[in-house]
This record gives sequence, C-alpha cells and structure tokens, in this order.
Amino acid sequence: MAIDSDVLVVGGGLAGITAAVAAAREGVDVRLVSYKASTLRQASGLIDALGYLPPTEPAKPLRDGPPTAGRGIDPDEWDDPEGPLADPFAAIDRLPEEHPYRILGADALRDGLALFDDLVGDAYLGSHTDRNALLPTFGGSVKPTARYPRAAAAGLASDDASTLIVGFRSLTEYDARTFADRLAAAGVPFPVAGAEVEFAEAFQTDAKITRFAGALDLNQPIDGTPAREALAKAVAPHLHDIVDADGGVERVDRIGFPSFLGDEHADEVRSELADRLGADVFEIPMGPPSLPGLRLEDRLYKALDAEGVRFETGNPVVGIETNDAGLVDHVLVDRKGREIPYSADAFVVATGGLVGKGLDSDRTGVREPAFDLHVPQPTNRYEWFVDDVFGEQPYARFGVRPNDRGQPLDADGEVQYENVFAAGSVVGGADVAREKSASGVSLATGVTAGTEAAAAIERATEPAQ
Amino acid sequence: MTGHDERDTTTDADRIDDGDNAGDVHEPHPGVPTLGRDEQPSIFVPDDGEPEVADGGDERSAATDGGVKSATGGSDSAELDPTTYDPVDVFPGGDLDLRDGADSCYKCTSCDTSCPVAAVDDEFPGPKFQGPEQWRLKRKDDHDIDASITSCSNCMRCDDACPSSVPLSQMHNEARGQFVERQMEKLSREYVRNRILSNYRFFASIASKVPRLANFATNLPGAMWLAEKTLGVTGEREFPPFATQTFRSWWRERGGAQVENPDKRVAYFHGCYSNYNTPEVGKAMVRVFEHFGYEVLVPPQKCSGTPMFANGMLKDARRHAETNVEELVAAIGEGADIIASCTSCSMSLRQEYPELFDIHGIEDVSNHTFEALEYLRIYEDLEGALADSELDEERAFAYHAPCHARNQGLERQAVETFRDVDGVVIEDVGDSCSGISGTYGWKKEKYETSMKIGEEMFEHMEHAEGDVGMTECPTCAMQMEHGTGYEIEHPLQLLADALPIDA
Repeated sequence: MAIDSDVLVVGGGLAGITAAVAAAREGVDVRLVSYKASTLRQASGLIDALGYLPPTEPAKPLRDGPPTAGRGIDPDEWDDPEGPLADPFAAIDRLPEEHPYRILGADALRDGLALFDDLVGDAYLGSHTDRNALLPTFGGSVKPTARYPRAAAAGLASDDASTLIVGFRSLTEYDARTFADRLAAAGVPFPVAGAEVEFAEAFQTDAKITRFAGALDLNQPIDGTPAREALAKAVAPHLHDIVDADGGVERVDRIGFPSFLGDEHADEVRSELADRLGADVFEIPMGPPSLPGLRLEDRLYKALDAEGVRFETGNPVVGIETNDAGLVDHVLVDRKGREIPYSADAFVVATGGLVGKGLDSDRTGVREPAFDLHVPQPTNRYEWFVDDVFGEQPYARFGVRPNDRGQPLDADGEVQYENVFAAGSVVGGADVAREKSASGVSLATGVTAGTEAAAAIERATEPAQ
Repeated sequence: MTGHDERDTTTDADRIDDGDNAGDVHEPHPGVPTLGRDEQPSIFVPDDGEPEVADGGDERSAATDGGVKSATGGSDSAELDPTTYDPVDVFPGGDLDLRDGADSCYKCTSCDTSCPVAAVDDEFPGPKFQGPEQWRLKRKDDHDIDASITSCSNCMRCDDACPSSVPLSQMHNEARGQFVERQMEKLSREYVRNRILSNYRFFASIASKVPRLANFATNLPGAMWLAEKTLGVTGEREFPPFATQTFRSWWRERGGAQVENPDKRVAYFHGCYSNYNTPEVGKAMVRVFEHFGYEVLVPPQKCSGTPMFANGMLKDARRHAETNVEELVAAIGEGADIIASCTSCSMSLRQEYPELFDIHGIEDVSNHTFEALEYLRIYEDLEGALADSELDEERAFAYHAPCHARNQGLERQAVETFRDVDGVVIEDVGDSCSGISGTYGWKKEKYETSMKIGEEMFEHMEHAEGDVGMTECPTCAMQMEHGTGYEIEHPLQLLADALPIDA
C-alpha cells in the first residue's frame, strides 16, 4: 500500500496545521488530509488564548422540571464572565478541571504560541508579552487577544490616539457610526468617530470583499483614479470628524478600515493609505469570511509545504480499521466514491467541533463520526443546555476528553487507542466562544498532539532498532 | 414526442442513440457485475415545453441522489404514506431535489470568497446567490433563472469551500441547464457559439481528419478575427493545433495494448484534447502504465461533458454520457478501473455524472474513476520507482493545480511526486485559478475576465524558477501558455521521462 506515513493528521484548521508541523519537526514523515477548504478562512485572524473566565456555577440553583426555553418562565440566571483578563496564563488555574489548559498545562499553551510565532514571523505581533492585547472587532466590542496581525496593530484599544472608523454604505453589515458609538460606550481611552464614505459605491452593491481587496491590491482604477488614491480621497474629508464636548475639532491620529485592504500586497496598501492620509491605518477584523483569515491560511499552508508535510484537501475520512493490537491501522478516505486506506503509525484527529462538523449530533446523542471516539454527555438531552442563552451551556464543552498526552479517553477513562491523539475543537472541556480561547486551545492541543504522536512512533520503533 | 414519453426510459434510450454507435452496443458481458441501481428517469429531464403530466406514477418522481437524501427517501417511497410524508414530495417531479442542500446553507459566504469570477467582476452575484438562494426563489414561484448564471465559469471551487457540503456546483449546473433550455434564444449568436464550443469533440473529430488543413485554416490571417466577428469567439487567442495523428489512430497503429494482464487493467478515458490535440500525453500514459504492468484498454468514448455542463447543454452532455457509461461499465466488467489524464474529465465522471444523470451503472463509473497520477500514487510504489531516477539534464517547472484537481484532493500530487526526484525542480505557483475554465475564456465577452483572474497565476509563474509550466488540465495549459509564452507539460510526460522506461 502506497499511502502511508508516520503521522496522519485529519483536519486542516489551526490545530491540524500546528500538530502537523510539531510532528514534522520531530523528524517524522507527516501527511495532512482535510475534507474542506481550511476553516482558517472563516477565522478573524486574531489569535486569542484566554480572554474571560465564565462562571461555571449559576447565580441561583438551576430550576428542576421540564425545559422552559423560549417561554420566559423562571429562566436560569448566570453572572457575567470575569474579564477581560490581563494575563491568560495567570487565570488557567481557575478554569474547570476538565479544561484542556488544565489537563495539558500552561506550558502547552506557551509551546503552541511559540510555534505559531515561528511560523508567521513578523506578520503577527504580541509575542513580547504574556499579557493580552485589546483589539476593536467588527461590531464595536473590544477583544482580549494574545497575538494579532500587523495589519491590526495600529488599532490597539489601550492606545489613546484619536480614532476614525471608516465604513461604506454598500457594506451593510458594517455600520461605522454605530461601531464608533459602541466603542465610546465601552469606555475606550481614545476619542472616536465613525464616518461612512463614498468609495465602494463605484462597485455593485453586493460586490464581494475579495473584489475590494483585489482592486486595492492591484491598485486598479476606480472611475479613472487608482483605487488606493480614490479611497484616500474619499476618507480625507473626514479627518476632522472628531468633535469634543466644547465643539473643538481634532485631527485623527489613526483610521480603522474594514479588513479588506489588499491581499498579497496588504502591507503596501496600508502604507500608501497612511502616507496619503497622514495617519496610521489599521484593519478591523470582520465576520466570516475574512481576509485576515485567508492571509493566515496562505501563510500557514506555505509553512506546511516548507516543513515537508504532504497535504490534500477535498475528501473526507469516513472510518477506521484497527489491528490486532487494538491500534488504529488505517483510516478510510472517501475519494469520490472509492474508500482508500491511508495507513500511519499514529493519527491526530483535528476535525473540528459541532460547528466544524468534527462532532455530529442528533436527538439521540453527540458523536465523533470519523474515529468514533467517546464523547461524554448527559443521556437526557434536556441537560445539554440551560435556559439562559448566555449561561453555562453544557453543549459548548462537548467533545472528546484527552489525557495529558492528548490521547482521547473512553467511557471508563482509559486511553481509547494508544496511537490516536486529538487536537482543536473536537477536544471538549473548553467553552471557547465565551472564554475567547479558541485559537489558544487549538495551538496548545495541536502542539501536544503532534509532538506526542511523533514520540509514540519513536517509542514503538525503539525495540526493533 | 411528448414530455411524458421522454421520461419513459426505454424509449428515451432508443431515441437518444444518435446512430454513431450503431453496431457497437455491448451485450451483457460474462463477468459483468450487476451494476448500478435500477434504471430511473434521468435527473435532468429535457423540457420541450410540454406540460407536466400529473399521473406519471413512480417513474416521474424526482431522483434524490447526488449525496442528498430526503427524509423519506423521496422518490423511493412506494406511495405517499401520511406517516412518512415529507414536503419534498410536493415539488413537481423531474427536477432535481436539492432542498436538503439548500437548507444546509447558513450563508457564511465562504463560497463567494472562493469564487474567482466574483473577485474580479462585481456584477457577478456569486455562487451563494446562483445556488441555494436562486433555488429557494424558484421553489416559491417559477422565477426565471438569472442570466448571470452564464458568467459562472464552473470551476467548482465553491464546492470545496462550503463547510456545510451544500452541492453548489450541482445547483449551478441545474440552473444553467434550465436557463439554456427555457430562456436562451436558440437562434442567438451566443447559443450557437456556445453549442459549437461545448461540442468541441464534434468539430475536432472533423478537423483531425485533415489536421494540416485545419491548422492551416485556423492560422490564416484573419481566421480568429472572423471567428470573433461572426461567432463571438475571442480573437485574442490562438487556436490549439491539431495533432497530425490522433491518439486513437496511434493506438490502432501500434496494435493496441502491449501488455496483457487480466489482474491489472485500466481503461483509459483520454478525453477529446489528448486524442485530437496532445496525443503525447496519451502516449505517456500508456508508456507509464505499461511500465507498471497494466493492461491498458482504450474503450470507445465521447466527450466527458465538462464543456457542455459549463454551457448548460445538458441534453448534449447526457447523450455523450450514455455512451461513455455504457462503454466504461463494460470495461469495469472486464476488471478495469477508469483512468483519465485530464482532471476535468475525471471530475465529470466522478462527480457531475452521478449528480446530474441517472443512467444504469453511472455510480459504478464514478466509483471506479481516477486521475492517472492519483491511481499510481495509491496502487504503486511511485516514490520507490522514482527514488533512483535522474534526469539527463536539470529541468525546472512552474506547476499550477487546476481547480478541478483541487476538488478531487489532487492539488499537491505533482509537486509531492517530483520534488524529490534528482534533476527536477518543481514549484507550486499558488492556489489561484487560471481563469480560462474550459470554454469560458474563449468567449469574447469573457476574455477580459478570464485574463484578470489569470493575472495572479501569470505573475507567480514568472517569479518561479522554472520556465516550463506544468498542469493536468489542457485548458489551464492553454491559458498558462497564452499568459506567459511558456511551454506547458503534463505530469505524465515528466513521469515517462523520469521512469526507467525503454523508449
């Protein structure tokens, strides 16, 4: 059989890539298979580690009896999460015991972030400190994050530089003035104004963000004016939009744009705009799909190539076969109708969570469909959720439970397969949306799973040598 | 002929056999497995404007395959049992049932971001609109299909981008088919031009009878200008030359297969281009597979249908598919897997065939089809065979992965196969689309869009070390050559050179 590797990583998101590189750096032969284009293109491009500590106990005891969701009867009550946290590492001890950070330890998070820093080079900032940076995000909130793209750097909310937020009428989901008002209401330490400018009007109303990015990237003419110059001209009249309580005006120090300022030549686009406007220029991450996510995807896949990892996208893993020793011998990849075995000495499952479809659920239960790994869950599905939408939702922490080497455990708490490791959102125990910890969990579990998978092979081959 | 008759499969098959396979019909072969499901009406049912007949019974109900299952099994329900009642069944039969797929779309817009046309043409509303949104619109009232469907290049990148497995390209193919069938003026220059472009095989088969004359004619000063003025085929491109000997004629002349091996057989689906234009690719395929001990079969075949899907000519595509499926099923019965050297051909046989047509054995054809290099990488120790290879002189390639290779998980196969071979430098020029998408870039009104999409690839090719291009797709190769002036090779050609094969 020709499709064989030392380590096979299933899943092409942040966790899968991290695991693949971590394993490859141990000197083993690594292959990565991903069903769909990487979920990185849906990601904001911000790398969070731990931003909030949500309460795990309700403010008053949970109500007994049948579910009341949507009927407004005596809803469950939960306190607000603690945060934003200044230092993610300092808060790890206060997470629930089954949280991956507690199981793997703070060093796993440090190792994961260090590997990420190495892969992205100077495209990302934030590695100089353990502390979180605060960045404005799409919608007008401020997000604690461990690493952030250079393109977003001038937007740090801890800076007191006066800020203009720019939006476009045709970009309906992004209202710059509401955005600015929300930032002000959140108590940011800088004066802020929002302005809607006429630039994107030259495009069709439903033009895609890739169209804007492409026009700026190649500086294509918009009604005869090169795109970057046209954008600067549209923004220039708003440089004095900030009016203080006494009616005084202030020239803005920095300008935030929706994150479509170019793709391959994004640095060039930002610096030309900054020169023309005489102010710093930054991007604000938007909802999916996002250019910062696409740029990160490009960068990380290039890194995979450079590390000698083989990868392919487009076909799902649909099952496994085990050998007599109870190890996984190979997985089956459905290549458009034909199930092809891919064998390896060790496997990393990084297929994603409920959203990414690495976990599947219906009325009878929640499953991990590729390897059929054990997913702990209450048998009564009314215990999967609580009535407060923003409360501690048990389903948010669903996923496989690993040991401290990243090996998924079965219902009895025993290692399910000695040569299988799990990483990313398929791992349970974290409520990544409320904690703002999705990237950090992917990096910590990814680096652990990749390193341990490579080590497992060495252990297995040692006696033979 | 009424609409009802067309849905009767026996008469359908008789009617559609246009005679050029007369005498070539396969009797059930000993050892042919019982393949496929029972015959059902095609998913694409040609609409000649006849009113729907309400009492057609089971045969008329929609097929629900293509990876999409209705809650009740849709058409497979023997009768409408109230306990298994599913709203899917209230839709008129005959049309593709994609409701489950449309419902899976949660509008994340990843498809739009992956669309190479939307990135350069903001008038194109993108795959999300063309697929699930338009499908829903049509369920409510019978809205016309938006004419922008003809701007979709059928690169199928949206399929791969969708995290929710919405069958986007299937929806686009269906919408385009309906648009052409019901809304396009059959005497319009655009229709005639598209019909000619998508039936490349028909014209190539005539031209290749007199290749020198055909090449002379297409190279005459003003020939392409004339094509642009009369047909709307762009005058910017040069027509690809016809080979002086087709692959099939070479194959006959050499006496067919030189290796006989009942245990290792492959049926070569050469497609039109490597038959009429680049037989060197087909010859390389034969040399390589015979080197690994395969008996190569070359069954009779027609166009894979790719250019027809892209132009909404589903009737033409179905007619060709019926021949292909019949011949390829016979080859499978003889123990062969099907090998294509064009990634759009393999994509069509694997994915579009079972998504769009319900022909006896079509699932088996899909399940047995592979791309040439892919097959060797699965079933042979290709790395081992290449371990000691060394080229006579160092050669450097700028490799572009076709979109249709990407969707099959093959985007890295050439780079991974050759990067460790001594004397070969191969560089991936990135994940952008070449922009030509088969017949798309040949259309006068699409030429500019096509070149804008290709710009990134041209730029990356020029930055790459190699000044020979490489790709599996013949039309990507045309675009690469057109944009850079590079000579373009197929991976099979390099493989034939790198393996220790006696010439």
